[in-house]
Amino acid sequence: MTTTTPHAPSVKQLQSPKGRLTFLRPAAGFAAAAVALFAVAPLALSDFRLGLLAKYLCTAMVAVGICLAWGRGGLLTLGQGVFFGLGGYAMAMHLKIADAGPGQVPDFMQLYGTATELPWWWRPFANPVFALAATVLLPMAVAAILGSFVFRRRVKGAYFAILSQALAAAFAIWLVGQQATTGGTNGLTDIQGFFGYDLDDPVNQRMVYFVIAAVLLLLIALARQLIHSRYGELLVAVRDSEERVRFLGYDPANVKLVAYVVAAGMAGLAGALFVPAVGIISPALIGIVPSIELVIGAAVGGRASLVGAVLGAIAVAWARTALSEEFPAAWTYFQGLLFIVALAFLPGGLASLVGIVRRRRASRAPEGEAA
Amino acid sequence: MTVILGQMFTGVSIGAVLLLIALGLSLTFGQMNVINMAHGEFIMAGAYTTYVLQKSIAGAGLSLIVALPVAFLVSGALGALLEWLLIRRLYLRPLDTLLVTWGVSLMLQQLARDIFGAPNVQTRAPDVLTGNITVIGGDDPLTFASSRLFILGLAVAAVVALSLTLRLTPLGRRIRAVVQNRDLAEVSGISTGRVDRTAFFIGSGLAGIAGVALTLVGPIGPTMGTNVIIDAFLVIVVGGIGQLKGSVIVAFVLGVLQSVLEYSTTVSVAKVLVLVAIVAFLQWRPQGLYTVRTRSLV
Repeated sequence: MTTTTPHAPSVKQLQSPKGRLTFLRPAAGFAAAAVALFAVAPLALSDFRLGLLAKYLCTAMVAVGICLAWGRGGLLTLGQGVFFGLGGYAMAMHLKIADAGPGQVPDFMQLYGTATELPWWWRPFANPVFALAATVLLPMAVAAILGSFVFRRRVKGAYFAILSQALAAAFAIWLVGQQATTGGTNGLTDIQGFFGYDLDDPVNQRMVYFVIAAVLLLLIALARQLIHSRYGELLVAVRDSEERVRFLGYDPANVKLVAYVVAAGMAGLAGALFVPAVGIISPALIGIVPSIELVIGAAVGGRASLVGAVLGAIAVAWARTALSEEFPAAWTYFQGLLFIVALAFLPGGLASLVGIVRRRRASRAPEGEAA
Repeated sequence: MTVILGQMFTGVSIGAVLLLIALGLSLTFGQMNVINMAHGEFIMAGAYTTYVLQKSIAGAGLSLIVALPVAFLVSGALGALLEWLLIRRLYLRPLDTLLVTWGVSLMLQQLARDIFGAPNVQTRAPDVLTGNITVIGGDDPLTFASSRLFILGLAVAAVVALSLTLRLTPLGRRIRAVVQNRDLAEVSGISTGRVDRTAFFIGSGLAGIAGVALTLVGPIGPTMGTNVIIDAFLVIVVGGIGQLKGSVIVAFVLGVLQSVLEYSTTVSVAKVLVLVAIVAFLQWRPQGLYTVRTRSLV
């Protein structure tokens, strides 16, 4: 099975021949993004809109990981919801315990009347340091275990996509089944505090937004660093010709594993920050459908381009809110169309339009000079 | 003893449903390397066809019999249309077919919601298929639901029909030729484009048949496709892509496994355990139960 991926630029294209100042461009873009996130958005948006933006930025964090694993590594993971959920539940469990107060069990457990003390696997999450570490390390550990099984045996392409999707389905079904300890279909709701800060207070909500914006920028910087490193080159090489990389003496399984685990960690962090921003985590946010929706944004914006994936994720999440409130039916048709158009006719996503336009202009320019 | 036999039968009947929903996929995914996520919605189309026919035809028995060929044609036509509009542009990008057809599946689900409403609807089973058939009488009776037996029969018939078509008919030979070597088939005078579309028609039509069968065991609703599609893909992947034999064995093994695990744990834990078993199995045989031996490195 050959997967032709006509999007990621090759090494040559990355080293732009025009001018020596090109290395400043990413820095300038980064600064512009920081200004937009930290100065413009908080001033321009109402508290409500800023809260929504915080939610979209969490989606964008997952997209950064998807850009790495899928766009660069060719690993179409349809199960990012699992890692998002692991991070989210780890955070929510701690916050629920903290809300309940010492010696008490969270409200939904009292409601079902069965539990008078915390289940054993809840107890470690009472410790804030453990819970915070778990939001990232737990998804990474799960990804490492699954990935090392799957990649070593050279399960790839569609097989990997379907397996990761099945994982998302199984995780959501399991969560729903464990009503007494996970809140079942409702999930963990009504989260009040965030490490001692009251989440009802708009000031604290802004603080959460700033944390999310900072983490997103950090993740983008990290991903950029990875993509432009020797490892990043290797990852693209594995995507395009796994066997050649194997013959050169590298183990493609390890290369893929790193991308998958890093993407999982990013999704976990996104899930963890989603919880204080929105106040809820539930199986409906992490099953098959939301897992695929996380992929849409990256696909529409451009899976291989960090900027494309991030902006695409934010734009699609925004369009969803804007359209689905007014016309829920129309949104679903629009979403389906987005998928079809972006993938069937523009596989590089909107980000590739820039390149297409630039190439057109470049090919036209000499003619213009001649005339 | 009868408890065990009863559980075995439940497992076999789960397997029959799995087999029916996976059969069409084994043609489109297995033979043609297209990951059609809208396959679940073709199943839904078959189920709604049964529902519409039952509303317009009086007898439940007659409408069920009429529904089988009509659902085959309706779903098959949808499949051929999808192939012609989108999939033929994507044969070299299998992973993208997955996401594109997911978009199609979203739109079809919404279409079903707009036409038939969001709540589930129900069909009436014919009287013949509502009761139980007693296999062992006495104090500790063993009974099989007759609708389940009907589905089992339908699954067997569908497998036999498909494998005979592939093996004996000129169309089957052409399909196999295209699968084995597309370029050589093309230069031999086979219109590969037309073969692709016909194969897609048959595969999607089988989804329609599965949809008719599903109306006997559960409600019909816009999300019914999403609920079954993953299971169907797992059957194909574990059985070995493009291997009818593998799909048949795996469907029944997974069905029995699911039923036994459900009996000893809960439905949700059983699902998770089945998935763990599948990942473990792929460690042992990464290409599925049956594989085509090739010299290619991949």
